[in-house]
Amino acid sequence: MPDQTSIHRRPRRPAVDWTACQAHGACADLLPELITLDEWGYPIIADRPVPADAQRRARKAVSECPALALMLKS
Amino acid sequence: MNTTAVLPLRVRSLATSAATRLLPPEPLDYAAHRALYGDLPPVDGERLIAGVEYSGLSGQGGAAFPAHRKMTAVREAARRAGRRPVVVANGSEGEPASAKDKALLWLAPHLVLDGVALAAAAVGADRAFLAVEAGHGLGRYVTEVGRQRPSAAVPVTIVEVPPRFLSGQESALVSFLNGGPAVPRFQARPVFERGVGGGPTLVQNVETLAHLALIARHGPAWYRSVAGTTLFTVRYADGAPTVVEAAPGTSLEHLTGAGATAGQAVLVGGYHGTWLPLASASAAGSGARMYGVNAVTPDTGISAETLGVPLGAGLLALLPHDRCGLVETASILRYLALESAGQCGPCLNGLPRMAAAFSELAHPTDRSDMNQIRADLSRWAGLITARGACRHPDGSARLARSALITFAAEADAHAHGHCSAPNRPPMLPTAPATP
Repeated sequence: MPDQTSIHRRPRRPAVDWTACQAHGACADLLPELITLDEWGYPIIADRPVPADAQRRARKAVSECPALALMLKS
Repeated sequence: MNTTAVLPLRVRSLATSAATRLLPPEPLDYAAHRALYGDLPPVDGERLIAGVEYSGLSGQGGAAFPAHRKMTAVREAARRAGRRPVVVANGSEGEPASAKDKALLWLAPHLVLDGVALAAAAVGADRAFLAVEAGHGLGRYVTEVGRQRPSAAVPVTIVEVPPRFLSGQESALVSFLNGGPAVPRFQARPVFERGVGGGPTLVQNVETLAHLALIARHGPAWYRSVAGTTLFTVRYADGAPTVVEAAPGTSLEHLTGAGATAGQAVLVGGYHGTWLPLASASAAGSGARMYGVNAVTPDTGISAETLGVPLGAGLLALLPHDRCGLVETASILRYLALESAGQCGPCLNGLPRMAAAFSELAHPTDRSDMNQIRADLSRWAGLITARGACRHPDGSARLARSALITFAAEADAHAHGHCSAPNRPPMLPTAPATP
């Protein structure tokens, strides 16, 4: 029996508009399990979907990015 | 008309039949074009796409994406959006070392224009653009030869684009045609959905379109049977490049005229390409490995499968024994850093650092820590890959990594104060060819 949430919501991953990102680093503070920062302060995104218990923080990271550069993509 | 009037080029065709070659010996006007290739047969759009799929035609601009998939995506996006798509023929080569698209446009402009008409029919477009690199008189030339044709069902607007490395990148070209700068754009939706004028757009390299014109005449099975040829730009130590038309799998020796002692390495693809060591056939045999990568020998067949690296835009640059691969790569990386649009953090920060580090590798001082430089370069190559709006950082990282492997022995020599080519300036160009 598949998980109900997987039917209605495909797993989403953080993605960056690299032309918009200004290396504020807010995303890494909110989602440390998926996002770390490189030596210049730009996000390094882990290649895996947002886990169920981090969905709220992922949405918060998107809405609180000062450069509007972070999004969630299925 | 004569080829050298517009471009300082040599051209050589290894095609076996005159009626299927992309590069005729002289520029063809419309009458000569029809006499040589024959008239285009009438085509049905959907059947043409099916034929392109069977032919196996892929994009010749560098990315080698299957042509039929792009066409299908544009056709379906147009149907969903309820609007007619736009075709963009991409002849804005951009790469200073490459000349094959310019040679094609100069010698067989009507083959490209045939291809534009066919692509427009395939996707149902009612408008088309042909983008050429500015600075060679190609815009005026193609506009003039275009007037020799009967009025086209789909009008083609000829546009000259700035001769910059990234001008021909798909989203950069679309941005330029939309009145913006010719720099890559972040694409929330791909160009095939939202391109020129916000509508579905097919961007296809001019050589791909010329192939399409031959496939429409001779059939997909003909192209599939490797009767089709590809264009390469071959560069030796100095002087003008030679544009060579050859079947995929033609040996390096046959393609370039380079024998066993021709040089130490080959740059394959372009400035986003791969340095491969060149070995003599007797010493190594084809498929030889040096420094953990496949070495090319004079009898190696030139194809992406045999070499194990992308052919990109078809550049083959032979590095002679008395030149330094680190000096060449440092010069190219500096150029690539300067050509960055500077929009994306990893590219903006990484490329200048990599260029500076490579320059130190090429010209070390007593205080240079060569191991640290190599470690920094490897780390930065990883950090800039797949982290930008376009593939400029990825291609630059590929070039740097392949140079670190292929010229590992040269780097060791530099650490001890020796260089293969002390005080010789780099041979590969880092500015567009001037007319």
